[in-house]
Amino acid sequence: MNFSFLFNNFAELTVTGLAFGAVYALIALGYTMVYGVLQLINFAHSEVFMYGTFATLWMTITLVGSGNPGGLQTFGIMAAALLAAMVVSGAIALMLEKFAYRPLIKRNAPRLIALISAIGASFVLAELMGVRDDVAGWFGLRETLDDYVGGARVNQSMPNIVQNRTLFAIGEYNIRMVDVIVILSAILMMVGLDQFVRRSKTGRGIRATAQDPETAALMGVNSTRVIQMTFLLGGLMAGVAAFLYMLKIETTKFDVGFLLGIKAFTAAVLGGIGNLRGALVGGLVLGVVENWGSALFGGEWRHVVAFVLLVVILLFRPTGILGESLGKART
Amino acid sequence: MLLEVEGLCVNYGHIEAIRDISFGVEEGTIATLIGANGAGKTTTLKTLSGLRKVRAGTVKFEGKDITALPPYERVKLGISQSPEGRGIFPGMTVTENLDMGAYVRTDRKSAAYREDVERVFTLFPRMEERRTQVAGTMSGGEQQMLAIGRALMARPRLLLLDEPSMGLAPMLIQQIFGIITEINQQGTTVLLVEQNAAQALKRAHTAHILETGEIVRSGTGAELAGDDSVKAAYLGGDV
Repeated sequence: MNFSFLFNNFAELTVTGLAFGAVYALIALGYTMVYGVLQLINFAHSEVFMYGTFATLWMTITLVGSGNPGGLQTFGIMAAALLAAMVVSGAIALMLEKFAYRPLIKRNAPRLIALISAIGASFVLAELMGVRDDVAGWFGLRETLDDYVGGARVNQSMPNIVQNRTLFAIGEYNIRMVDVIVILSAILMMVGLDQFVRRSKTGRGIRATAQDPETAALMGVNSTRVIQMTFLLGGLMAGVAAFLYMLKIETTKFDVGFLLGIKAFTAAVLGGIGNLRGALVGGLVLGVVENWGSALFGGEWRHVVAFVLLVVILLFRPTGILGESLGKART
Repeated sequence: MLLEVEGLCVNYGHIEAIRDISFGVEEGTIATLIGANGAGKTTTLKTLSGLRKVRAGTVKFEGKDITALPPYERVKLGISQSPEGRGIFPGMTVTENLDMGAYVRTDRKSAAYREDVERVFTLFPRMEERRTQVAGTMSGGEQQMLAIGRALMARPRLLLLDEPSMGLAPMLIQQIFGIITEINQQGTTVLLVEQNAAQALKRAHTAHILETGEIVRSGTGAELAGDDSVKAAYLGGDV
């Protein structure tokens, strides 16, 4: 065990851990909101994230071209990439709701059936991205789109738009700009979503449906619309997560959603599934502990640390760190 | 007739919960459905609100066929329900619960809206004292008041009340029924489902007795309250 490495780099490890954690937390929101309203684990949510990473990648490639943007241009590209990721992820989430869930919910299918449908949808979406060059080929676009569809099953890299420079130092430790952007934007999005769910009419409808769907319907809440909004909000947050992930990691792949999805789901359960603030807490705790753990035991222990943490916390607090459900979240 | 129910049948799987029931509710009156546990009273109200699928029959509101309308459309038309077991939102405050009752209204910033809140507070002064309290932490009687007040916030034409006296102390039961009469006198039509037959018959203009999913007797409240067989079966022999 490498204690000295952990202690010598404690601040830096914590900050990069928080950055990972912020991404987990944003994805976790999608799991936790859908669970809060439908008591259903949307296993295809990882693919909602994955499509967002590609939207970021392709928008950036298109806008950067062969140039070398700087200053205001960089900011414009980042905004466009973020928007693209949110639109694409939001759209995928809405499609999942419409095609993979709504027909089952309408027929009152058991939750287990919806779970299987989600796993199926997840593989279809991931593999579709994995064979995208073939799909482009069917339409005769394989050559034209080569920058975008080539190398479908290997890592794709994005041009570096945020210089990985040091922003400031705490003692001897360097805090990088990209980490600060990731953490701050994630927290900003969380606060925004939290306020939206607590204050807006749609938010009240979502909370009411989570607490008691039948009574919510008696109040005049349109449950189909509430479910759609829940998927959409989760999708938008996954889009933001995808953008931030690409800023930090800069590469993506058709199956990138799998591990991140499981980690984010872990974060949601860790914080207390169904609870928005729990997703934030769970994500940050998971990111930081995992990063410390991999410094201590070595990188290959990263996932072991994450899941051991989950098991240990659930042994002592079966409802997660914050425990309360979305419905019971108070003003 | 404000509400007309014709030959309504509702199933739970293969079990018939309601069989071919027909009744009407005249505008401005209190109508009641009484009967034992499992007679189909709650199912009837849930069906009127659109929460249960109809196997056969029709429901008309103001002459319009609403049998196939989703619940939220019915609330917009003016059918509001205070559900059984109080059904308040436990994690929301009193004010938020009342806001939920007005979910379909678009005039939440208006004077009319504030007047309606005031009206609820006048009917239930307790609610005003507790406006910032989380509803799940209130007593049963207070939750019941909140559920009725919340249903009023939709400005209903027809108020459906499911067992408003359930689990309440006798003093409170008197009070709740007094308030129901008051609400009716202010112009809201009420359809009341009750196990407390004595109180319900005393307040209702028309009454129907449900037994295992069928209406077995109908009449005015006073008629049924004075009937010997009704007395024996539902009123414990003395009123």
